[in-house]
Amino acid sequence: MSDVPHGHHPALKHHFEDLGQQHEASTLGMWVFLTTEIMFFGPLFFAYALYRSEYAEAFAEASHHQNWKLGVTNTAVLIFSSLTVAMSVYFAQKNRRKALVVALALTLVLGIAFLGIKAIEYHEHFEEGLFPGSHFTYQSPLAPRVQMFFVLYFVMTGLHAVHMIVGIGIFTWLLIRARRGEFSLEYYGPVEVSGLYWHFVDIVWIFLFPLLYLVGRH
Amino acid sequence: MNVADPTEEVVSHKDPQHHITSTGTYYLIFGVLLVLTAVTVLVAFVDLGRLNTPVALAIAATKATLVILYFMHVRHSTRLTWVILIASFMMMGFLFVLTFADYLTRGLLTY
Repeated sequence: MSDVPHGHHPALKHHFEDLGQQHEASTLGMWVFLTTEIMFFGPLFFAYALYRSEYAEAFAEASHHQNWKLGVTNTAVLIFSSLTVAMSVYFAQKNRRKALVVALALTLVLGIAFLGIKAIEYHEHFEEGLFPGSHFTYQSPLAPRVQMFFVLYFVMTGLHAVHMIVGIGIFTWLLIRARRGEFSLEYYGPVEVSGLYWHFVDIVWIFLFPLLYLVGRH
Repeated sequence: MNVADPTEEVVSHKDPQHHITSTGTYYLIFGVLLVLTAVTVLVAFVDLGRLNTPVALAIAATKATLVILYFMHVRHSTRLTWVILIASFMMMGFLFVLTFADYLTRGLLTY
């Protein structure tokens, strides 16, 4: 049985030469997955670029209805969470279990805070009649084009939010494992690869923020 | 590794991924990212004409580069990781260039 001690680190899977090779393979695997994520978000950014080039004035008008203060706050929240994620890897490498647990917990708090702020924003948009579809009651000569902006806004930030939720789930699992003392310099792969995922989601937001919140603000 | 002797030490010490980035570096990058975010917002409210969008994207790309190189440890990663990363950007590039070329050469856009 795999949980009976038998001469090697419990986290080493038998099809790997050693923990170092296992770490390298799992890191590579995550990078390949992130490549598929780029293919997932890429076309959405393309669609945004296409429609913004066509509906420039309407997109500027629509963007003015975005709460840029909440947007920049969320950007800072995610950047801060990328720091706590990087620190998690550091503490795991330094065998500092308590600090690792705190860093992971802080990451979770920031991730949840991000989603909370997005919920507030979505609610505001709904109240203003900017949610695409039967609830879109916004009046303007450019209303149909403004609605297109919001279709892209809700799809892109919605997909991003789904990724945040998954990330929160992953980091909750990491937190549980960290509290059990499973990570060390010898074995911290899961912290590293989860961190890669989280940083990727942060990078997507780094691009979403100026494109959705700061169009035509001058 | 010797499969015949399961008690042999199996931790490899050759790996580049065991490079430990200093906390100082992490804090510095964090600070720069916050500053660049502030710059993005400030510049957005200044009229740069057609340059507003390219400047905003350039700042975002810089932030992304810093996250990738330092937070994601790509600066100290294997060449294989670099290959995957570059391939990803190339694919994004193909997507944008070829699809936009399609639209632009069919008179479908009113620029």
